[in-house]
Formats: sequence, C-alpha cells, structure tokens
Amino acid sequence: MGRMSFVGRRLLQLIPVAFGVTFIVFFMVHLIPGDPAASILGIHATPRAVAILHHEWGLNRPLLSQYWLFLDRLLHGNLGYSLYYGQSTSSLVLSHLPPTLWLIVYAGVLSVLISVPLAMIAASRQDGVRDHVVRAVPLVGLGMPSFWLAFLLILVFAIKVQAFPVSGYGSGFFGHLRSMFLPSLTAALALSPVVIRSLRASMLTVLGAEYITTARSKGVPGHRLFLRHVLRNAVIPAVTVLGINIGFLIGTTVIIEEVFAIPGVGQLMINSIFQRDFPVVQGVTLVFAVMVVLLNLLADMAYAALDPRVRFDR
Amino acid sequence: MNEQSMSGAQMNNVLEVNDLRVQITSRRGLVRAVDGVSFEVPRGGALGLVGESGSGKSMTLRAVLGVLPPEAHVVSGQVLLDGTDLLTLNQASLNRVRGPKISMIFQEPMSALNPVMRVGQQIAEGPRIHLGYSRARAEERTLELMRRVGIPDPERRYRAYPHEFSGGMRQRVMIAIALACEPEIILCDEPTTALDVTIQDQILRLLAQLCQESGVSLMFVTHDLPVVAQICQQVAVMYGGQLVERGAVRDVLLDPRHPYTLGLVRSAPDFEYVQDSLRPIPGSPPSLITPPPGCRFHPRCDFAEDDCRTGEVPLRILPGGRATACLHHERCLEALAADRAAR
Ligand SMILES: Nc1ncnc2c1ncn2[C@@H]1O[C@H](COP(=O)(O)OP(=O)(O)OP(=O)(O)O)[C@@H](O)[C@H]1O
Ligand SMILES: [Mg+2]
Repeated sequence: MGRMSFVGRRLLQLIPVAFGVTFIVFFMVHLIPGDPAASILGIHATPRAVAILHHEWGLNRPLLSQYWLFLDRLLHGNLGYSLYYGQSTSSLVLSHLPPTLWLIVYAGVLSVLISVPLAMIAASRQDGVRDHVVRAVPLVGLGMPSFWLAFLLILVFAIKVQAFPVSGYGSGFFGHLRSMFLPSLTAALALSPVVIRSLRASMLTVLGAEYITTARSKGVPGHRLFLRHVLRNAVIPAVTVLGINIGFLIGTTVIIEEVFAIPGVGQLMINSIFQRDFPVVQGVTLVFAVMVVLLNLLADMAYAALDPRVRFDR
Repeated sequence: MNEQSMSGAQMNNVLEVNDLRVQITSRRGLVRAVDGVSFEVPRGGALGLVGESGSGKSMTLRAVLGVLPPEAHVVSGQVLLDGTDLLTLNQASLNRVRGPKISMIFQEPMSALNPVMRVGQQIAEGPRIHLGYSRARAEERTLELMRRVGIPDPERRYRAYPHEFSGGMRQRVMIAIALACEPEIILCDEPTTALDVTIQDQILRLLAQLCQESGVSLMFVTHDLPVVAQICQQVAVMYGGQLVERGAVRDVLLDPRHPYTLGLVRSAPDFEYVQDSLRPIPGSPPSLITPPPGCRFHPRCDFAEDDCRTGEVPLRILPGGRATACLHHERCLEALAADRAAR
C-alpha cells in the first residue's frame, strides 16, 4: 500500500473528528442558560444586535435544525458574520492567519535549532555536569509562564539592546523574520524543554543500541555517526512528542500574539471574546481545531516518512 | 587450515593482545570483567574463545575493537594489530583502522543493523568512507558482496530495510558489512547463537569458506565446542575474566589440561568421545567484583589443593607450546583416563 493512500485514509479519518469539533463549537454557545443572543451580547446589547444574532443562528428554530443550518453554512465556507467588524468571519480569519502561521513555523524551526544541539550535549555526557545543566535550565523556562518570558525577552533584546522591535509583525520577508524573532523565540523556549527531554532520552537509548556499535566498528567518523545513525533514529520518538504538544504550542501563540501585538488569529480570538463577537470566536475555534488536527497529521506523516518500519496498510 | 600455516603463524600474528584489563564501574562495585588476558591470532588462522556466560568474552572483543560501553574502561594492556597498539590511537586514527583492518560481527543481527537505513547503504558505507568509492562504485561493490554472502536477488534487496530480512539473511548482511573493506581480522561474538539450528550451520560454513577464500583471520567467541572444532585451529578458554588454558584445538579439546576445560568438554553434548558422559560443572561462576583468591576455579574444582587457594596462578607454557593455569594439570590426565576406562 502506498504512502498517498495512507495520507488519503488519514484525511478520511479526520471527518469524524471535524464533525465532533463542529458539534462542540456549536453547542458551547447553548451551554449558556437563557437566550444565547442576549447572554452573549451582554447587558449592553442593542435590540438590533440581538435580532441579527437571532437571524444568524436561526434561534427561533429547534436546536438540531439550528445545528444543521450551521453545518450547511460551514460546508459552503460560510462561518457567519462578525457582529463587531461587520465582515464575514472567514475573510477575517483568513487575513489574520499569515502571522499565526509564521509564528508556528518559525517557533518550530527555532525549537529544533535549540533542542537538537542541547539534547546532543546532554546525551553525550550522561549524568555529567553538562547533562544536568541542560536538563535543569529548560525546566526554569517550563515553569515560567510564556507571557513572563516574553516580557523578559522584550526587556532585554528589544528595550535594552534594541536588536529587535518591541512588537508588531513587520513587513516583507526579512521584516517578518526580524519582527517575529522574539515572539517565535518565546514560543520555542516554551516548547523546547519537552522536546529536549524527549530527544535526550531517545538519543541515550539510540547511543546504547547495538547498531551504533556496528557503525563504530566499521569506522564511521563522529559527525556522520551522529547525523546518519544517531539523530535519524532519535528524532522518530521526538516527532511524536512534538505532535502531542502542538495543541500546547497553539495555545501559547494566542498569549504571545497578545503580548507582542501581532495581528494573528490568536489576537483576533482574544479581541472577539472581549467584544462578545461570538461568530468570530466560533470561527477561530474551528480554525484552531482544524490546525491542530492538520499539524498532527503532518507529524504522523513525518513519523511514517522517517521510520520505514511503519506499515502503510493499517 | 594446515600444519604449515600454523607453525609459520607463530612468527606472524595479525593480532597480539598482552595483559589486557577491563574494568566496569557498576553500582555494586568495580567489576574486573577482563583481568590480565593475553593471546594472539595467527595470520589467516582462527582463534576460538570459549567460556561460560559472564566470563568476559564479549568485553575482551569490544576492548580489542575499542567499542566498550561507556561504563567500561581498559585499565592496562596492549592490543597490537600488525604491530600498532590500538589502545594508544586517538578516535580518528582508530576509525581509519576499523573497517579496512579489523571488523566485528555481533550476536543479534536484528539489533546490530540500523533499522532506518537501507541494507545496501549499510554495507556500502564502509567502502564509501574508507576506500573513497563513489556512490555507484560502492553500490557495485555492495552487490558483489551480497552475492558473495549468498543473499538472493541483491539488486532488489539493496533497497530493503533490515526488518524485511530473516534472521539468517540479516546475519549475512552483517558478514557483508564486516567483509566490505577486506579487513585482516574479523571478531565474531557468538554470530550464530541467535539463529535456528539449520541456519547456524549455513552461516558457519559461509564464514569458514570466506576465510578460506580471502585469507581473513577470525577471532571467534562461542559457547559451542563443536563449532570451535569446526572453525578454529587455536582455542583459548576463559574463566572469571582470565584465560585458564590455551593451545591448538585438538590438544585442548581432546586432551584438556585444566579442570575447567575438562568440565566444559564433559558437559558438551555430542562432542567426540564424551558423548554419553554429560556432566554439568557444579557450582556457579565467580564474582568478578571480589574474585576468590588464588585460582578462581578452586571453589568448584575437584582437584583443588591448598596451593590453589592462595597466590596468583598465571598461564604456564607446557611442552608443545600449549599453556595452562592449573597447578595440578596432570590430574586431568588421570580423570580423562578414568573417563575412557569407564566407557
Ligand atoms: N554494564 C555492566 N555493569 C556491570 N557489570 C557488567 C556490565 N556489563 C557486563 N558486566 C559484567 O562483565 C562480565 C563480562 O561480561 P561479558 O559480556 O564480557 O561476558 P560474556 O563472556 O560475553 O558472556 P555471554 O556468554 O553471556 O555473552 C560479566 O560478568 C557481566 O556481569
Ligand atoms: Mg557475550
């Protein structure tokens, strides 16, 4: 069985997941007792806003048919209309998506650049001083809330040293690269303790494996031994750990976007929550859920590509 | 091999190990896994290393190749490969020797192959690194090696991964890896123990045949005395981290001069004349953290006297060039005579 049909099957498996997500996203509005429109819009709700919402959600119909309506619109790419921006939710989300994707990819790259060398250093001298330092320092990062870490980084690198802007998305590729460095670093630092731990553990396992002795017994020099034999085997479990933590990474980006004033989906979500702009909150939640699921799929595919023992026919 | 190459080999050894000592730091104390071992492997010949589980055979081989686990260290000794002491080489020089001069085959062919690397590439890696072969030339060489070790359909198998191979085929791959750069000596650590009996025999024949063809020397660790008789000309017997007897296979196995060797021969199934007198050696192997004083075998030995319980018992050369550590080795002669009479 080929890799393409493996991906196809995994995408098919996403359908029930996506269905579940829409279910939750839809019904969380209705968990609030009373008229959802009134309670969402709050005490300052104008009758016009309440009317719009009633029409929008078909609130006078039975619940199931409301859900059906929601699904039907969703299938046509319609996420509803923002109560605050007066714009379609999908176009709002779409215009806020690039900064968030930048942040996630940039943070992913940085966390690999941070984690691989550190894990290597730790694993190369198990229980040595370096090992303990590498294992302890990231724990401080893990214990520190990411907004706090963000403030520290801003204080040092944006205000004292002024190497990077305090906030914003920047313009042009290099502008983004520069502006997004501190936010991405924050996310990467939040993520890397988990990645370092998992990589260190798998590297230690791999270093003790007999096939590494085989490689050494055929005179494979150090750098080649590390890249072709150790790393290639050690990243496989780490990819799984990364996949599991994608939800965490996305949660972190919401906070980071807020702190660094990045016009991403996370910021849109927070603003919409404060504006009680519920269609947008619903839309963004859906987009985040899809993002988690797709990134997980990506991690699975990476796992399958890296490990030839994964069979594609199950 | 024949008589002539054996006597000529006295002056011409590929590998000479002198007073090798390996210690392992463990939670329970310092393990003297290899404690003053000396032997030589004649050029083109095969030396068998036998002994009970835990006697230090694998540690000896790993120390020779410099691939000890991190908790184990060579504390003294010499490992002369063509006159160069491998223990004095730095990592880079050592890497130039491993592969083209000395290589190793392991017990578990499953875990000894990299699971995420194509089999062909694992064989080709040595020639690429050491012989400076281009990708195409290394592939050609690999296919030739795969044919030589009896892997059918090598063009297709080149791209396969280890998990797609059977145990016997994997061990053939290991042999191809070990042979890839035409080394002078191959260290084999129980290369057939993990295989089915029928496959064991095929692999042994293959190894013997390849040695004959290419003149590569072997150092062969095993529990299996008949295998030693089949493959090797010389044998060394290891007990508790030390060698207790050494000599030509025929001498040592048919006419042992150490009570431990005698015990091994007596407990070996279907071995020549001792077939119907299967007798396991009573007692258990010595602690390598606090070994017994004197001869390490004395607590399990029927022949032990007072002088066995104190002082060192180094190997001593007997007439004919063989060596034993036993102070009362003539007792073995009597015991063997009694065995034969009892039949
Ligand atoms: N990591 C370790 N920590 C402590 N002791 C060890 C360690 N590895 C090996 N040893 C000890 O070193 C001794 C020699 O081990 P070695 O593997 O060389 O034995 P062996 O003769 O190859 O045995 P086998 O026939 O079972 O392969 C054994 O007594 C073993 O208990
Ligand atoms: Mg062993």
